[in-house]
Amino acid sequence: MDKLIIAGKSYNSRLLVGTGKYKDFDETRLAVEASGAEIVTVAIRRTNIGQDATQPSLLDALPPSRYTYLPNTAGCYTADDAVRTLRLARELLDGHNLVKLEVLGDPKSLYPNVVETIKAAEILIREDFKVMVYTSDDPIIAKQFEAMGCVAVMPLASLIGSGMGILNPWNLQIIINELQVPVIVDAGVGTASDAAIAMELGCAGVLMNTAIAGAQHPVLMAGAMKKAVQAGREAYLAGRMPKKIYTASPSSPTTGVIGS
Amino acid sequence: MIELSINGAPKQLHASTTVAELIIELDLTGKRIAIERNGEIVPRSLFADTTLSSGDSLEIVVAVGGG
Repeated sequence: MDKLIIAGKSYNSRLLVGTGKYKDFDETRLAVEASGAEIVTVAIRRTNIGQDATQPSLLDALPPSRYTYLPNTAGCYTADDAVRTLRLARELLDGHNLVKLEVLGDPKSLYPNVVETIKAAEILIREDFKVMVYTSDDPIIAKQFEAMGCVAVMPLASLIGSGMGILNPWNLQIIINELQVPVIVDAGVGTASDAAIAMELGCAGVLMNTAIAGAQHPVLMAGAMKKAVQAGREAYLAGRMPKKIYTASPSSPTTGVIGS
Repeated sequence: MIELSINGAPKQLHASTTVAELIIELDLTGKRIAIERNGEIVPRSLFADTTLSSGDSLEIVVAVGGG
């Protein structure tokens, strides 16, 4: 069986999904179920003091017993904030130490600040966190994260929430070829074909949120993404035919054509 | 009374309030939360034994939807 293995744990699904931007927890739950994802990202935020404690929470919609939670550091612009956020997340999730590290560099592009990300990763790995790291598609930096001990490297395909798809398949291909740890495309996927292309390149998985939550029909799109990731993975494993530029090759026999 | 900061907002409490008592006062009982005090995690097991001081800075967080 073809499994995704992250930090020694195996998963059947290669699609990881975010839980933000849905209209309510019902839609979140239905979309996550339709996606078949086993790993879901969550954000850590200040509690709303004075809010009714009986209000449903994300943890009710997506029970941590059923899903692997991947707390993120979205919104953090310094290594220090990211580290503090994940220490809180580990306490919140009873010692769960698999985390998604992202340190942003700019609120407009949400492009990662790799210098701060490296600083944060060093501290977190020292403190026994299993770090899945969001980064740019720079192959040298990706290799460095692997050498540091990150359990997965997650380069962007294009900007977070942009839906622009795989803008630099060539860089992604270098990263995939050079790394031993899972390479997971995180950010930029817009529709099913983008996810399939990422998987055909040889990515170990795809992480997305807005591509599903921002679709006209999120639950339907979640199902489409599940199939796209599976189709792309199978195409990768099958090994595509070589491209033959300017050379056609008939699929039917060239002999026995009538009138010849 | 002591004055401290909770999630960036000023808050007055009776002297010698513990973290466990604060959780009741804020109506957060039963909610899955994590607390940081002056940059350090307060483990759940120490809520009852941790007495707050004037000038403390607390962060109280929950898990929410996010990518």
